[in-house]
Amino acid sequence: MSPVVDLFRRELRVINVGLREFADTLREVGAQHVHVDWRPPAGGKPELMAALSELEERFDAVESANREAFERICGSQPVWIDVARADEVVPGMRQNVVLHAGPPLRWEEACGPVRGAVIGALLYEGLAGSPAEAERLVQNGEVQLSPCHHHGAVGPMAGVVSASMPVVVVENRAYGNRAFATLNEGLGKVLRFGAYSEEVISRLRWMRDVLAPALRDVVRASGGIDLKQIIARALHMGDECHNRNAAATSLLVRGLLPHFGSAGVSGAVVAEVGEFLSRNDHFFLNLSMAACKATMDAAHGMPNCTLVTAMARNGTRFGIRVSGTGDRWFTAAAPRVNGLYFVGFTAEDANPDLGDSSITETAGLGGFAMAAAPAIVQFVGGTPEDAVALTREMGEICFGRNQTFTIPVLGFVGTPAGIDVRKVVETGITPVINTGIAHREAGMGQVGAGLTRAPMECFEEALQALAGL
Amino acid sequence: MIVRHVVLRNTYFDSVTLMKISSAVSRLPGVRQAVAVMATEPNKETVRRAGLAVKGLDGLSATDLVIAVEAEEEPVAVSALRRAEEMLGGDAGQRQAAAARGPSVPRSLDSARAILPDSNLVLISVPGLYAAAEAAKALRRGFHVMLFSDNVSIEDELRLKLLAREKGLLLMGPDCGTAIINGVPLGFANAVRRGTIGIVGAAGTGIQQVSVLIDRLEAGISQAVGTGGRDVSARVGGIAMLQGLAALEADEGTRVIVLVAKPPAPETAEAVLAAVANCEKPVVVVFLGGNREAIQRAGGYAADTLEEAAVMAVALDRGESAFEAVRDAGVELTPVARQEVDRMAPGQKFLRGLYSGGTLCDEAMLLLRERVGPVYSNTPLEPGWRLRDSWVSTGDTVVDLGDDEFTRGRPHPMIDPALRLQRLEREASDPEVAVVLLDVVLGYGAHPDPGSVLAEGVVRAKELAASQGRYLSVVASVCGTRGDPQDLDRQEAVLRAAGVVLQPSNARAARLAGLIASMARARS
Repeated sequence: MSPVVDLFRRELRVINVGLREFADTLREVGAQHVHVDWRPPAGGKPELMAALSELEERFDAVESANREAFERICGSQPVWIDVARADEVVPGMRQNVVLHAGPPLRWEEACGPVRGAVIGALLYEGLAGSPAEAERLVQNGEVQLSPCHHHGAVGPMAGVVSASMPVVVVENRAYGNRAFATLNEGLGKVLRFGAYSEEVISRLRWMRDVLAPALRDVVRASGGIDLKQIIARALHMGDECHNRNAAATSLLVRGLLPHFGSAGVSGAVVAEVGEFLSRNDHFFLNLSMAACKATMDAAHGMPNCTLVTAMARNGTRFGIRVSGTGDRWFTAAAPRVNGLYFVGFTAEDANPDLGDSSITETAGLGGFAMAAAPAIVQFVGGTPEDAVALTREMGEICFGRNQTFTIPVLGFVGTPAGIDVRKVVETGITPVINTGIAHREAGMGQVGAGLTRAPMECFEEALQALAGL
Repeated sequence: MIVRHVVLRNTYFDSVTLMKISSAVSRLPGVRQAVAVMATEPNKETVRRAGLAVKGLDGLSATDLVIAVEAEEEPVAVSALRRAEEMLGGDAGQRQAAAARGPSVPRSLDSARAILPDSNLVLISVPGLYAAAEAAKALRRGFHVMLFSDNVSIEDELRLKLLAREKGLLLMGPDCGTAIINGVPLGFANAVRRGTIGIVGAAGTGIQQVSVLIDRLEAGISQAVGTGGRDVSARVGGIAMLQGLAALEADEGTRVIVLVAKPPAPETAEAVLAAVANCEKPVVVVFLGGNREAIQRAGGYAADTLEEAAVMAVALDRGESAFEAVRDAGVELTPVARQEVDRMAPGQKFLRGLYSGGTLCDEAMLLLRERVGPVYSNTPLEPGWRLRDSWVSTGDTVVDLGDDEFTRGRPHPMIDPALRLQRLEREASDPEVAVVLLDVVLGYGAHPDPGSVLAEGVVRAKELAASQGRYLSVVASVCGTRGDPQDLDRQEAVLRAAGVVLQPSNARAARLAGLIASMARARS
């Protein structure tokens, strides 16, 4: 039967795009319909509309690539399997390389927190005896900067990783790829905000010498910690696993506890490690990030795929990578963060958006899962309704819903996942990111937290690259 | 005079909403003119031409809204802008609330189809510039499409229709004003009963007139498929009409098929009539102003008017003779005409038709030509009969006030009768005018009470003529049903009370008006 004759036999179900009056008529006569709040695509910009229609011409190829990528995102199984020195496990990691957050960065344009963190890392490694010497090493090229993302790694805020730092190893058991992240240092004076005082460096040494071996033995003894399951449960407990990790950290610690004994960790070490973990609500953040990185890498590099596989900021530039354009970055100036400041700080003190932690949003957590975490909407003076609206809005720009990560308040519908460059440009809706705010000066630490949006320019540029225009 | 404006960035309102606001604000006391437009390039040009250019206009884009008001004094302009924003605000406020509460309002086709599973048709009425892209998107996702939007190029139309045909999908339009699918009215359509007569039409008000008359004859419509007027051009080749015909032939719910169009291009007519010849169901064909013989040779039932097509289709649907039905439908109009002409003053001799429906306008001109000779128009039957100025009538004139030239930046006369009322008054003051001919189109999408508004205008027009010693005859037909939101009976009653001579169809109204004009002429 022809589809037209078939249409005549079915109930008519209409999508109305345009005049609201026509939807009113459909309502009046009791016809099934939905009205689209339509706006000119891409703000009516001709070159972007041309790129969109070019991709429409390849609709079937794009759609099937996106479907496969989306299935890989949803089918990923990130498991924390090990802790190791960065230069033992991170590809391309060498003594004279320092990794940082975000897209590639030249030293001259680096922001305060990144500068401070790089200096701190070189002091910690013993490569430099003073901050001035550290700067010189970078300036004359003896030490090279490289983005974490180029090494399968991610780091919060400055995201600095050096050769001897311990990293968590997260394996995507569905696809075999691995991702890495440092261990979270806690709040206060910490390297990721660019602090490099003796207090900071000695904590890093303790993490390397005490914390890391203990966690390594415990994780190995556990046979691997299923991070996806922890994230799914934490979403039901008020976390969005970017800016709020209180529940996930607790679940993680509970999952580790039974294995301290079989790993043979001494009582004194258990006490130190227990003390450290119990004081840091955000310990899970770095694991969440590594889990998201392992997930998104499984969907990366697929021809014709228009889904975003990384969003990252170096404090100066905001960059995205898209599956179908491989390792190319599309960047724009890092945006300001709209947020709530700790007592004594103002927007004047804030560094522009910073860190690889927006990998969580890329995977459908963080701002995309805002409806799961109404408690943190307060950072932007919002209401729980705003949180729900944000998650819904993100649904407009995603391929689908990740049914593993469900949100109770939305009737257990999954979080939106698979940001589609086409939809971002078409609708003008940019991804929302939940984030901490770093002080613009090195080492001052966190001054607040809030929300920001990925800059549209990145997506416009990516769209044109995807269209081959 | 001073000009004040506001700009609302990163928003969008459809043109109908904005035109309503523009015209409401323009009518406020002390306001000379007002515009509310999305800042597309053509709209920016319109704003500049109107002398309302504002600072920073160049930098705005299609998702920025500009409201500009020219008024006698500052406080008037400011309060007019506030009023415009209030009118928008209702909508914007609702949107925000809806977004927060849910069910969520989708922003794109993809999220809409997730919300309404098994949706099967997309009705598109976005501005022409964006319409082809939206239609292509819908077709690629497997939807049938009704494309109400106009200003889509014929190249795009052909490309879209080929894509639709390849996928076995129906693309109705562009510029398709009317369809009824599975009993659901789409765009401008009337509440007609369901039945077993299927219509495929390349003429919007033609479909409305035929379906309404079928309803009055107590038969019903299975499906009414619109194709858009250009479907029957040589370039497009009747792709949608052929698809519609084939689908209705295969449709178990359809017994009789009616094709409605202006005369197709010769090669398209040939293809369509070849399909008619092969069709197992009876097909009534009305190609307004076209050739009857070719239709009859193909085994089709040729109708000269929309009314005839309806009468024939209903007879065939009942298993009766189509030809007898048409013969029996003839009525003597002379006594009515005589009554009207007897009251006129010497010198009254011309006819003025003021139409809102394009196909109805064409039908009227074709019928009038036979009786009164040249009919001047903005959409003339012969090139030589084109009005030098569409806004000024001459001799026997029939204008289509729904044509682009009149609707640029203004709502269609089926929605907003203002322009027609102005023109009616002008015709009434012309001492040479004997009769005014009107169409009144009811149905979903049309003005909620056109009869009352026009009746007031008719009363004023007749008073104006009477004050100058004349009798102005006004003849009209109402294209509508009792089930329409406006209610046919009520609309006819109010028009009749205003002294309008009503006929049940446009063809009869046109014939009567032509008769009145020619009799008036014979007398003077």
